[in-house]
Amino acid sequence: MSAFSVDESGSFQHLIDTVLLDYTLTTLGVIAGVLLLSFCFALPSAWFIACCDFPSRSLLQWCLMLPLAIPPYIVAIVYTDLLDFSGPIQRFLREFMHWQSVSDYYFPDIRTANGAIVILALTLYPYLYLLLRGAFLGQSGGLFQAARTLGLSPLQAFKRVSFPLSRSAMAVGLSLIAMETLGDFATVNYFAVNTLTTAVYDTWLELGSLTTAAKISSLMLLALVILISLENHSRRKQKIYQRSGATHTELRFQLFGWHRWAVLGFLWGLLFFAFLLPLCALLSYAVHYFSVSLNEELWQYTLNSFWLASIVASIALIIALFVNFYQRLSPGLFAKMCIRLSSLGYAVPGTVVAIGVLIPFTSLDLWFNRQLVEFGFSRVGLLFSGTLFILVVGYLVRFSAIAVGSIDSSLAQVSPSLDLASRSLGQTAGQTIRRVNLPLIKKGMLTAFILVFIEAMKELPTALLLRPFNFETLATYVYQFVSDEMIEYAALPALLIVLIGLVPFIVVNRLLEKAS
Amino acid sequence: MSPKKLFARSLTMLALTATSLTAIAEEVNVYSFRQAFLIEPIMEKFTKETGVKVNILFAKKGLIERVKREGELSPADLVLTTDISRLVKLTSQDLTQTVNSDTLNKNIPTQYRDPDNQWFALTTRVRNIYSSADRVGPVDITYQDLAKPEFKGKICTRSGKHPYNVSLVASVIAHEGEENAKVWLEKVKENLARKPQGNDRAQVKAVKDGLCDYALGNNYYLGKMLENPKQVSWAEAVSINFPNQKTTGSHVNVSGVVLAKYAPNKDNAIKLMEFLSGDTAQQMYAEVNYEYPVKVGVQPSKLVASWGEFKADVLPLADIAKQHKAAVKLLDEVKFDL
Repeated sequence: MSAFSVDESGSFQHLIDTVLLDYTLTTLGVIAGVLLLSFCFALPSAWFIACCDFPSRSLLQWCLMLPLAIPPYIVAIVYTDLLDFSGPIQRFLREFMHWQSVSDYYFPDIRTANGAIVILALTLYPYLYLLLRGAFLGQSGGLFQAARTLGLSPLQAFKRVSFPLSRSAMAVGLSLIAMETLGDFATVNYFAVNTLTTAVYDTWLELGSLTTAAKISSLMLLALVILISLENHSRRKQKIYQRSGATHTELRFQLFGWHRWAVLGFLWGLLFFAFLLPLCALLSYAVHYFSVSLNEELWQYTLNSFWLASIVASIALIIALFVNFYQRLSPGLFAKMCIRLSSLGYAVPGTVVAIGVLIPFTSLDLWFNRQLVEFGFSRVGLLFSGTLFILVVGYLVRFSAIAVGSIDSSLAQVSPSLDLASRSLGQTAGQTIRRVNLPLIKKGMLTAFILVFIEAMKELPTALLLRPFNFETLATYVYQFVSDEMIEYAALPALLIVLIGLVPFIVVNRLLEKAS
Repeated sequence: MSPKKLFARSLTMLALTATSLTAIAEEVNVYSFRQAFLIEPIMEKFTKETGVKVNILFAKKGLIERVKREGELSPADLVLTTDISRLVKLTSQDLTQTVNSDTLNKNIPTQYRDPDNQWFALTTRVRNIYSSADRVGPVDITYQDLAKPEFKGKICTRSGKHPYNVSLVASVIAHEGEENAKVWLEKVKENLARKPQGNDRAQVKAVKDGLCDYALGNNYYLGKMLENPKQVSWAEAVSINFPNQKTTGSHVNVSGVVLAKYAPNKDNAIKLMEFLSGDTAQQMYAEVNYEYPVKVGVQPSKLVASWGEFKADVLPLADIAKQHKAAVKLLDEVKFDL
C-alpha cells in the first residue's frame, strides 16, 4: 500500500538527480529546432505569396494552410510507415542497390528528436505563415516601393522594411508554435523523445505527485512567459498601423525564369511533404480498409466533432474579442495579465489541462450537490464535470490562446487614431467597436475561428479524459486504433478529421471572395 | 450558422448528456483502461443475456484521477484495467469497495484477487521474450540473460515506463533486491538495439526487419497480430519463449476489475463482474483476446494452448505492486528511455 501513498517531497529531488536535465535540454532543443525550421518554411512562403506573382499563386495561398488540418501524430505515423526499414522507400532502395540487411547501409532514423522536429515544423509552420502573410499583405506597398526607389535591392528592401514591420506577427506566430510544441505529447512520445511533458506525466500518473507535476508545468510556462515578455519588451516602442493606399496587390513582383521555378518548387514541395503525401497515404489506407472502417457510428462521431469544434471556436472568439478590447479600452497591467492568463493553457499538455479543469469543477459539483441535499432537493449528479460542459471548458483553456493571439495581431494594426476619430464624432466605445474596429478585423476574426475549429477537431487527450459516457469524437475514435499501431483501420476517420477541418477554410474563402 | 442556433444546439447537447447520466435505467458504467474494441464483444454478450446496458468510457491515462476527483458523485460503477499496479493504486487510494460474491469467489482463485476482495483479476498475460524465428529459433532464456554481454545490440523493447515493463522491473526488484535489479537494468539498457520506442507489436516488427533478435512482448499480441492481414508476416517472423522456466517462472501480469466506491448501479455492476468471471466471458477473453482465463476449467484458445504449458512466477502480485514506485525511479536512474 505504501508504494502508492503520495510522496510529494522526494519526487522533485529524484527528478533533478536523474533525468530532469536531459528532459529540459531535449525540450529546448526540440522547441528551437521546430521554431527555426518553421521559420524557414513560413517566412519565404508568406513573402512569396504576399509580394510576388507567379502561376498557381492564388491556389497556393490557401493550400499552404492545409497542413494545419492534419493531426501531427498522424503525420508522424504516416512518415514512420513510409521511411522505416520495411516501408516502401527503404524496400525500394534495397531492391535497387541489392542491399540485404540493416547493416549494409545507412538510413536516417525518423524516430528521433530530429524526426520529431521535422514533423512538428511541417504541421505547425502554417501558424506563422498565416500571420506573416497577413502582415505582409497589410503593409503598405508604397513603403516597399519607396525603399526600392531609394536604391535598395529587393532583398535589402525586404530586410529593412518588410521584415521589421512584421515582427509583431512573427512573435505571435512563433510563440504559438513554441506553445504547441511544448504541449505536444503524442508526437514526441511516438518518436520516443523524452521531453518535460514526459516528466509531467511520469510524476503525476506514475509517482502520484501532483505538486511535482505542477512544479514542472509552471517552470515550463515561466520560461515561455519570460521569452514572450522579452520579445514584447524589445519592440515596446514600435507602433505599426496599416495605412490605406496601394498594397502589394498591385505591386507584386513578376517572377520569371529560374526564379519562378525555384519559388514554385519550394512552395509546392513544402505543400507536398506537409500535406499531399500524408493525405495520399491516408487515402490509400482508407480505400484498402474501407469496408472494415466504415460503420454507422462514424457519422455520429463526425457530427460530434463538428459541433464541438464549432461551439468551442465560437466561444473562444468571443473570449478573444472580450480580452483584446478590454486591453484596448483600458490598457494596464491587469488587462495584460488577462491576455497572458487566457493564453497559458495552450502550452500545457492536454491531459494536464484535463485534470486541471477537473479539479475545480468536480469540487463545484460536489459542493452544489451537497447544498441541494441540505435544502431537501435530490442530487443532480455531475452537472458540470460529467457533461459536455467540462469538455468545452477544457478545449477553451487549451485553445483560447490561438484566438487571442490572432485577434491581438490584427487589432494591433488598426490605428488608435481611428478610435479617437470615432469617439470624437460622438460614438460610444461600444459603437466604435461595432462600427469601426470589428469590420476592420473581420479577417482576423475569421482566422481565429478557423484555427480554433481545426485545433478542436484534432484535439485528443482533453477529449479522451473529459468526455461523458458514449461520446466519441473522431480523434478519440482514431486513437483507439492508432494506439495499437493499426493506422489502417483509423485512416477513414482520420481523413474525416482533415476534411471537416477544411470546411471552414472553404466557407471563409467564399465569404472573403464575396466581400471583395 | 447564426450564433443563436449554435447556442441552442449546444444547450441541447448539454441537456442530452446530462439526462443520459441521470436517467435511471438498467445500465452499468465502466471506466476502462482497455480499448473499447477489445471488450465490446464481451459487453454486447452481457447486454444480450441480461438486458443491462453497458456504458464504456475508454482512456489510457488519468481515469484514476477522474474517479478520485468525482468522489461520491462519480458515475463509474466499475474500473476495468490492465496491470496489477493500477488495481492496487485504486484500492490503496480508497476508490473501491469490497465485493462479497460467492460466484466471484468460486470463479477466481485466491491468488488472483485481493485478500479483502477489493480487486479481482480477470485474465493473466505473460511477459514473453520473442526471438527471431530465422536467426535464433525457440530458446530457453531468462530475463536475467538479457543483461549478458552476448546480447549486445540484439534486444528491442517498448518504453521502460510502460506499465508492463515497470511491473517486470518491479518483479525483478521483488526477487533480487533493488541493487541487483539496478545492475541488471543498466546492462539490459546497454544491450538494447535501439532506444525504447513503439508498442509491443512494433518490437515484433523490428525483429522481422532484422533490427534486433529478441523482443519483450506480452503473449496475446502474437495472436492479435496473426489476425491482422498486415501484421501476420511480423508475427510469423518470431518464436514465442516463456522466460525463466528453470528458475523463478515467467512474469505474469493481470487485467482486472474493481467495484467503484460510490458505484450508483451496484447490483448491475456486481452482475457484470460475475459475468466477466464466468465461463462465457472467460472463454471470450481467451478466444478473442488470446489472454489466459483465470477461471479454472476454462481453456485458453487453441493458438495459445499450442504454445505449451509454462511455469508462472508464484510471487504474489501484491508484492510486485509494492515495488512499482521503486521500479519507476530505477528506470529514471539508469535513464532507460534516454
